[in-house]
This record gives sequence, structure tokens and C-alpha cells, in this order.
Amino acid sequence: MLNIVVSISLIAVALSMIGIVYRVIKGPTTPDRVIALDSLGISLISVIGLISVLMRTSVFLEVILLLGILAFIGTVAFSKYLEKGEIIQRERDQ
Amino acid sequence: MSLLHLAIVLPFLAAVFIPFLFKGLKSIHTGWFVLLVPLFLFIYFIQYLPVTGDGETVTKTFEWIPSLGINFIAHVDGLGLLFAMLITGIGALVVLYSIYYLAKEKEALHNFYVYLLMFMGAMLGVVLSDNLIVLYMFWEFTSISSFLLIGYWYDRERSRYGAQKSMLITVFGGLSMLGGIVLLYLMGGTFSIQELIGLSDVLITDPLFVPALLLILLGAFTKSAQFPFHIWLPDAMEAPTPVSAYLHSATMVKAGIYLVARMSPVFAESGLWLWLVAGFGIFTLFWGSFNAVKQTDLKALLAYSTISQLGLIMSLLGVGAAALHYDYLDDNIYMIATIAAVFHLINHATFKGSLFMMAGIVDHETGTRDIRKLGGLVNLMPITFTIAIIGSFSMAGLPPFNGFLSKEMFLTGMLSVLELDLFNLSTWGVLFPVIAWIASVFTFVYSIKLVFKTFLGKPQFDKLPKKPHEAPIGMLISPLVLITLVVVFGFFPNLLSNSLIKPAVEAILPSLVESGQEVDVHIYFWHGFQPELFMTLGIILFGIVLYSTLAKWQGVYNRIPERFTLNGLYDRGLSGSESGGYRLTSGVMTGFMRTYLVYIFSFFVAILMSTLIIKQGFVYDTSGLAAIKSYEVILALVLVAGAVTILFAKSRLTSIVALGVVGYSVALFFVLFRAPDLALTQLVIETVTVALFLLCFYHLPEISRKEERMRFRFGNAVLSVLVGITITLIAMSAFSQRSSESISQYHIDNVYELAAGGNMVNVILVDFRGFDTLFEICVLGVAALGIYAMIRYRSARSENE
Repeated sequence: MLNIVVSISLIAVALSMIGIVYRVIKGPTTPDRVIALDSLGISLISVIGLISVLMRTSVFLEVILLLGILAFIGTVAFSKYLEKGEIIQRERDQ
Repeated sequence: MSLLHLAIVLPFLAAVFIPFLFKGLKSIHTGWFVLLVPLFLFIYFIQYLPVTGDGETVTKTFEWIPSLGINFIAHVDGLGLLFAMLITGIGALVVLYSIYYLAKEKEALHNFYVYLLMFMGAMLGVVLSDNLIVLYMFWEFTSISSFLLIGYWYDRERSRYGAQKSMLITVFGGLSMLGGIVLLYLMGGTFSIQELIGLSDVLITDPLFVPALLLILLGAFTKSAQFPFHIWLPDAMEAPTPVSAYLHSATMVKAGIYLVARMSPVFAESGLWLWLVAGFGIFTLFWGSFNAVKQTDLKALLAYSTISQLGLIMSLLGVGAAALHYDYLDDNIYMIATIAAVFHLINHATFKGSLFMMAGIVDHETGTRDIRKLGGLVNLMPITFTIAIIGSFSMAGLPPFNGFLSKEMFLTGMLSVLELDLFNLSTWGVLFPVIAWIASVFTFVYSIKLVFKTFLGKPQFDKLPKKPHEAPIGMLISPLVLITLVVVFGFFPNLLSNSLIKPAVEAILPSLVESGQEVDVHIYFWHGFQPELFMTLGIILFGIVLYSTLAKWQGVYNRIPERFTLNGLYDRGLSGSESGGYRLTSGVMTGFMRTYLVYIFSFFVAILMSTLIIKQGFVYDTSGLAAIKSYEVILALVLVAGAVTILFAKSRLTSIVALGVVGYSVALFFVLFRAPDLALTQLVIETVTVALFLLCFYHLPEISRKEERMRFRFGNAVLSVLVGITITLIAMSAFSQRSSESISQYHIDNVYELAAGGNMVNVILVDFRGFDTLFEICVLGVAALGIYAMIRYRSARSENE
């Protein structure tokens, strides 16, 4: 029973990911793509969570945490780049 | 190390002190110190005459590399002693001559005498070594020192050309000789010539016998300027005349003769040896004498004459080898050829040495060696004329000089070929006396031309750069000594017969001595109406006719176009190999990384595929495979889609994102295949990598940012598909045939027991196999430092600019 539910959820997440990928490719502006990539990362988290349930294991929880951090950092970095033109500023720039 | 070894290396030891003497004692000509060395050695070697005269030999061993069987074995027998006396005797005369020839103010004498002493020691080593590797070592020393001596006036272009040419040809021969030596060692298991001689009847059945024979002969022929390797000798005439007299008439060019004589007992049972040595010798004799006639330079004429005479000796050695096949005969007539070879060897050294010194005197006193400018010197230079006429008449084979005796014996030897009934010689053997006779006619012509055009005829002193006059007495001593020997040996040939010739012949034909045949050197047998006497008369007659009509038939030499002469072939071969090599490298080494990658991948595919096919290594076995799950299929499709997008994407940015897709899919695969540590690492690393790619993309110069799809190349596509197929096939085959069980059970059992850990991957990384981790940390450290250095160094440089 649980397996069927999880499988259905996986298919649903996969379908949503396809939609997100469409936005990544199409997305008229860069911020559109950044948001789409961010949500792609979050969808990936749910995929891994569902697979962990299927496999009956807890060792992938770290992967989920890591993906969350990476998605956050990536989005912040991209946002900063879009805002200021560079990601890491030099301290003693004139 | 015995006294004999010290005697051989004495010239090398003396050479060390020459520069000090040259710099320290400027008032005395350095040659006087050098003169002591060959004089002392000559006297030392005279002591061995009674020893070898009794048929005894002296062998002294100095261990050099005993574990490899390479020892410096000095072996003195008749043949070695004959050469040693030639080397030291003529060496002393040449040094004396060079003292007056080379001015101490103008010349770099220390260079000259160091090279000359090196050469002398090397030649002594060649003729007195019993170990073939040591012989080869000294052989190469002679090549090197000869190269240095030919290029003595290194600021002249022709000297450098001649030195390079002689170096290339003789070293080529030397290296093939080394190959022959190695083959002999493989067959006989020893480097000692004397032991190889004992094994000669075993060696001849060995399949390596013929290659060894050919390689050794190649070495001997190149060194002794046999056809077609004779071309270096005329160009070596750019050397100072004492060098030409010493190296290129008496010693170095006879190293090949020595080698053939020395190896005769090993190889001479074979008919191939007889044919090659005698055939090449007789043709060289003809070709050298034919070409000598057209030369207008005194030394070039003498060079071709040397080639021709060396061919004569070589052919005699070849025919003399036939004597070994008749060891049952009581009166072995073929032995006369070997006797003649040894006798002519001595004679040639005497008269050719004196003729070269004569040419040097003429050059020194008139400023030219060109026959067309010379003439009528007889009244001004009577002593030089005497030297020239005796030397030339001896060379031409006229009585009463020693050349006559050896020429008669040569003809006897060649006539004896007519009676040979082995190796098809009964049919083609008739060519030998005929060619020998024709060549002797040409020898007569150029010998006469040498004297008559230089000393007789119309004087034309206004054409000469210097006002000619007789040479100083010091310069005349050496050629006079040699010419005296020519006359003495001519009248009393038996002075030599028992002391030098007989032991030498016994060394060349040891098996005959063993079978009880007496080497009876009877040179006196020149009187009597033998066919060779009439041949000599014919030579003189036809020679006079040819000489008097020289102007009419000289045009025949211009018939051969320059392109097809051997020198032309050599020059074009050299420049052709250079330009060919250049074209090859510039064709293959394009400088484009993609070309090299194509090479690498092509060889990769060719080698692996051919191995797979030849060894029939492809196996496909499904028994060990796991069931395929639906997620894996979907994920694999995503991965393939990402990879294909990289290839066909129009923009680079898309490719980078697609690469990220591939990396993240791999991370998901790690999740599916239950590898959490790998998945963690893969995700972080993939993120960083994509970020770095984006960094690179952002900094691309505007001009190359043109967005265009990767160009399609059919060859690249085929190659990439082939590489993929190869790897796939190998992976499938490898998985289908596992040779042994995995060792992972040990890790599973002991991860907690031995290492106190639950995470097996980490325990392997830091405990079971922690060494790898250490050096991977090292790699990362180096990479980080490298990046830091690259960025810092570049910015520091740009600030300086």
C-alpha cells in the first residue's frame, strides 16, 4: 500500500519537474530560470525523500539537507550576481 | 694491468699532458714530445717480433666487466703485431713530418696532437684486443678521433662536410658491426675472438650466422672505404696532410682490412664470405683506379688510389679464404693470396704514406695541389721528385720496387681463382683475373699521371700562389725513410717474410696451421716466365697507350651525370632524409590538440578492438545480472538526454547546464544504488564544478562568444562511436567473466571488529586504505596551490608591465 502511494507521489513529482524544466528552458528572463532551478532542487529533495521511504533507509537524510543548502546558496549567489554583477566582492576595491 | 695494456693506453695517457706542454713550453714544438710516444711503442713492439716469429702468442687479461664477459684482453699474434708496428712506426714518421708541416705559431697544435694520440691509442686497441666489445669500443674511438682530425680546420666548410660524412658512414658501419658482435655472442656465448675461432664449425650451422657475417662485413667495408661506402675517403682529404697520410692511407682505413683478416677464421668456411669479400674488393679495386685517373687534385687522386688498393687487399683476403677449403692439399696455392694481402698491406703503407707526404710537400711549397697548375717541378724539387717517382712506380707495380712483388703475387692469387671449383667460382671466377688486370692498367695510368703531371712537363710557375722550392730537410726525413723501405723491401722481400708476414698469415689461417700445413712465404719466386709476368708486361704496355691517349678518352668520365654519382646519391639521400623527416614531423605533429586526440583514440580503438577480436575475448553472460527497475530506466534516460543535449546544444550555457543535469543524475544514481557518501560528495562537487564552468563562460572574450553549434565532423563521430562501443564491449566482457571473488566480504566482517566503525566507506578511506586518501589530499593541496600560483603570478607580471 505504502509503495503504491509513494510511487504515485514520485510520478507526480516527476511530472512537476518536467514542468519546471520547461520553464528553465523557455523562461523569458533569467530570474525565471533561477526560480525554476531553485524549485527543481527542492523537487529533487522530495524525490530523494520518497526514494528513501521506498528503500526503507535513513542514510539519505544528509543528502536532503545538503541539497537544501546548495539550492539556497545557489539561488542567493545568482540573485547577488543579478543584482550587483559579481558574486564575491573585493574588500579593498576602489 | 700488465705492461702490454699500459702500452696500448699509453697514447691516451700521454694525450692528457699535451695541452699542458703546449701552453707551458711554447718555445718547443709540441710534436717533439709527442714523437717520443710512438717511438717508444715501436721499440716496445719490436720485442715481440721473436715471440710471434716462433708462432707463439701473448695474451694478457685485464678484468673490466667480468660479470658481462667483457674484459680487456690484449692478444699479440702475428697479425696484431704487424698492425701495431705499422701504427707506431708510421705514427712516429707522421709525427716527425707534422712537426715541420704544421707551424707552431699558427696552428692549434694541442688539439692536433691530442686527437692524433687518441687515434693512435684507439688503433692499437683495435688491433690488439681479443674481446670484441673492447675492440668495438676502440673502433668507435678511431671514428671519433678521425672525425676530429678531419675537421681540424673547423672554420672551413669543406672540412666540416668531410668530417660529418666520414662520421656518418663509419659510425653507421660501426653500429652494424656492434650488431654482428652481439649476434656472435648469442651464437657462441663469448666475446673472445680466439674462442669464436674455435667454435667456427659450430657457428656456421647457426641461423644467425649469415646476419652476423653481413653485419660484421658492413662494418669492415664502411671503415675500409669499400664500394659503395668509399665516398667518405676523398672528402676526408680536407684534413691536414699528416692526417691523410696516417689515417687515410696506413692505419684507419686498414682497420676494416684488419677486421676481415681477423674474422676470416670465423666466417671463411662460408662461400658467402668468400664471394662478398673478394667480389666487393675486386670491384672497389676497379672503381677506385678508374676514378683516380680523372682526379686533378693530388690528394683526391691518392684517396681514390687508396680505395683501389684497399679493394685489392680485400679481394686477396677473400680469395685467400679459399685456402681453408683445401686443407688436405700439400701445396696450397690459395695461401699465396693471403700472403700477398699481408705483403701488400705493408707495401701500401710504405709507398702510400710517402706519396701523401710528397703531396703535402708539394702543397706546402707551391701553395696548390691542383695537377693542372703544377708541372716542371723536377729541377726545383729533386728529392721530392725522387720520392714521388719511387712511390708511384711501386704503386703502379713496376720492378724493382716492392709494389711489383705484391702486384705479381696479387695476379697469381687472382689466377688461382681459375682453379677453384667451389661456390660456382668455376663459372664466374674468370672475371676476377680479368677485372684485376683492367684495374691494374688504370692503376698504372694514374700512377704515371701523378708523377708526370706534377714534376715533368711545361713549368707554369706564374700560376702558383708561392714560389716553389725544395722542402726543408725535416719534412723530407719521413718520406725518405718510407721510400727507403720501399726499395729495401723491393730488393730484400724476405726480410719481412719470416718475421712479419708468416706469423700474420698463420693468424689469419689458423686452422691450416693446425692441420700441419707449412706457411711457406716464398716471395723470391718472381723470376721465371709465369703468366703473371706477361700480364704485367701487358699492363705496362696498355698503360702507356692509355696514358698517351688520355686527352681523347677523358670525356668518358663526364658521361655519368652528377645526380647518379654516389656522392650525388649520398647528398640527396641526406637532404632527402632531412626534408622527409621534417615533412613527416610537420605532417604528424600539427600542433593541434584535436589531431593528437584523434591519434590517441584511434590507437586506443585499434589496439583494444584487435586484441578483443584476435584473442576472441568477447563474452556475454547474463547470469550475474540484477533485475532492472523502472526508476533506473527513467534516470538513465534523463542522463542520456543530458549527455545528448551537451553535444547538440547551440549555446555553451545550455551545455553547462546539461552537464550539471548529468552530474545531478549521477548523484541520483548513487542514491538509487545506495551510496550515500558518494551522493553527498557528488552533489557538492558537481555544484562547484558547474559554478566554475559558469565562471569560465562569463570570462570568455566577446569575440569568441559567437554562439554556434558544434561543427559536425564525420570522422570524429565515427571515432567517438567506436570508442564508446569498444569500452562497452570490454565492460560487458569483463563483467561476464569474473576471475575471482570480491574481497569485500572481509571489509564487511571486520569493519567494526578491527576498525571500530559503522560507515564502511569511510573506514576503507581512512583505515583499511588510508594511504590513497593521504595522497588524494596531497593532489587537492597541489591543485589549490597551483591555482593560487597561476593567479598570483599572472597578476604580479601584469603589474610589472
